[in-house]
Amino acid sequence: MNYFKTILNGIVRENPTFVLLLGMCPTLATTTSALNGFGMGVATMFVLICSNTFISLLKNLIPDGVRIPCYIVVIASFVTILQMVMQAYVPDLYKTLGIFIPLIVVNCIILGRAEAFAAKNNVLASLCDGVGIGIGFTLALTLLGVVREFFGKGSFFGMQILPESMHILVFVLAPGAFITLGYLLAIVNRVSRS
Amino acid sequence: MEYFLIFISAIFVNNVVLSQFLGICPFLGVSRKVSTASGMGVAVTFVLTVAAIVTFALQVWVLNPLGLEYLQTIAFILVIAGLVQMLEMVLKKVSPSLYQALGIFLPLITTNCCVLGVSLLVANGTYNSQGLEMSLLTGVLYAFSTALGFAVALIIFAGLRERIALANVPKAMQGMAIALVAAGLLALAFMGFSGVDRGIAAAIGL
Repeated sequence: MNYFKTILNGIVRENPTFVLLLGMCPTLATTTSALNGFGMGVATMFVLICSNTFISLLKNLIPDGVRIPCYIVVIASFVTILQMVMQAYVPDLYKTLGIFIPLIVVNCIILGRAEAFAAKNNVLASLCDGVGIGIGFTLALTLLGVVREFFGKGSFFGMQILPESMHILVFVLAPGAFITLGYLLAIVNRVSRS
Repeated sequence: MEYFLIFISAIFVNNVVLSQFLGICPFLGVSRKVSTASGMGVAVTFVLTVAAIVTFALQVWVLNPLGLEYLQTIAFILVIAGLVQMLEMVLKKVSPSLYQALGIFLPLITTNCCVLGVSLLVANGTYNSQGLEMSLLTGVLYAFSTALGFAVALIIFAGLRERIALANVPKAMQGMAIALVAAGLLALAFMGFSGVDRGIAAAIGL
């Protein structure tokens, strides 16, 4: 098993946002700015790496019939740890992301990877898969955040670039999230086909 | 009258899917046909209302008195998963026809973030942006109206997608890309409702 390939696979070939289309709620909701998107991506990556590793460690101990509830408990525990850490060290980001931090529990990417990858592979491979998918998710969220922030607020990671008269407010509002992701997806489709 | 305000603002003004981004996965996943969309809408309405009551009770009578607020996320997701399982079994016994109609949607609802999200909003009291008095009744009404809003958005969107399926879409935009743009336009239409809640609040003197 080539670990580097597993990581690359998560970033490009199985990119959770642009290819698998999983975890759409945080993708659309938290990308009002590049920094928020990046923060959400890193938070999800942390839970994904921990849960993938842990579930892979426990895969021989968990009975097959109750595996989904067991996975959910593992994931929810890491999310609770994450909530406490974020509350203590990055309270502003925690407040902006709000309800979407506890909602990482029901993010389909994490349960999906636990079921599809961590339950079948060894610990190191699962860790690499978590890193790869996590980076892929973070990159996608940051990209979406950069585009929305640039058009909606005329800035790049908080740096003001365009004057206020050129802001297109709709990009930071709800409809802009759907439309931006739709067009990014079309661009990805076009590029990946050629 | 304030109940009317909660009702209208949860369905139209702060629509759970189109302005709060909860429950996007089923919104995009089961909206190919109007018939399945209505089934999912009814199932979510049912589960969400029951889940809001149970989790609110859990928060007020178990977690708060014992000082276990930090276990909220774990406790809620376990309760919701158990609840869905139980509802499935009860429905199977009590009303087989309803079970047949909703059966395939019920297991999907556990990982529907709209259920956990709304339960958390109700238990933390953060749903209340109008400064109304909070109680179990307003919380449950909020949960029920939110779920209706979910159903409304889902069914309208399914109708749109049935039309899109007939249209000649450019190759790169086919599938999810055009669906997302359509959802964006629907969200834009729902933005037309913004401000309606303040108008109602003013009209009934809040």
